[in-house]
Amino acid sequence: MFKDKKLLVTGGTGSIGGSICNYFNKNGCEEIFSTTTSLNKIKSEQDYIKFKELDFNNIENSNLDEILDFEVDYLVLNAGLNKDNIFLRMSLEDWNTVINVNLNSSFHLLKHFTKTMVKKRFGRIVFISSVVAHTGNPGQVNYTSSKAAISGLMKSLALELSSRNITVNCVAPGFIKSNMTDSLNETQKNVILNRIPMKKLGNPNDIARAVGFLCSENAEYITGQTLHVNGGLALI
Amino acid sequence: MSDIEERVKKIVVEHLGVEEAKIQSDSKFIDDLGADSLDTVELVMAFEEEFGCEIPDDAAEKIVTLKDAVSYLTDNSN
Repeated sequence: MFKDKKLLVTGGTGSIGGSICNYFNKNGCEEIFSTTTSLNKIKSEQDYIKFKELDFNNIENSNLDEILDFEVDYLVLNAGLNKDNIFLRMSLEDWNTVINVNLNSSFHLLKHFTKTMVKKRFGRIVFISSVVAHTGNPGQVNYTSSKAAISGLMKSLALELSSRNITVNCVAPGFIKSNMTDSLNETQKNVILNRIPMKKLGNPNDIARAVGFLCSENAEYITGQTLHVNGGLALI
Repeated sequence: MSDIEERVKKIVVEHLGVEEAKIQSDSKFIDDLGADSLDTVELVMAFEEEFGCEIPDDAAEKIVTLKDAVSYLTDNSN
């Protein structure tokens, strides 16, 4: 499905990022690149991925021309983190870190990769957003702000680049079994399960397949959209 | 016509699909030659490739006519 194409997925050592890489690899993607904060995190079964070490909290001081010295057809902006706290207790540092990693890194990566997409008249850009960008979530003003901003960025960029056969979309996961939800305790998990009509958490592969769809020929007329993958948790 | 002007004109003709005879040195890419804002970015990328130089964003924004491009590239190309 993705023959002769090159993909970069940021944050490929995480559950969702790893699953996206795996899905594209199984479906014939020619070359898969990823970024990670530390090359020590790479798992042995990920030897098909070309990992580059990059700290998104300090990306403006990184030489992207040197580190990411390749072109891609598919760009999946997946890397992200959360530093939760109620707003009245949230530090400026935790606000800035989340905005830097989840939002500002996208500016730099898009600047780096979109010029060649324009030139080639082809590109598929997919952001991994979140259901909470649309619903809000207590304890996550930094995280929800970063993801809601991505939604605006995605729409404006979709309008700017659509004439060059570049689509820009979001996949918004609900609660997915991942390193982010692993940190929840049983009580928190049960509260969440009760809110999900399908009564189960999603799998990282559910997100990977949605990303795969948006990059495939089946989605060539879809741009500026958010695909919600959340088991019915929020109908937006 | 200088060599630089000729090469710039060739790029403009190729990228914007306009007839060479219609391009005056002070024709504006957007207003007179039908370019959109992304076309101007692509023109600058093509100039960079042809002349082996890097045109910073603030200079690129000032290149709105053939004359602007020729004058910038005369001063800055290798």
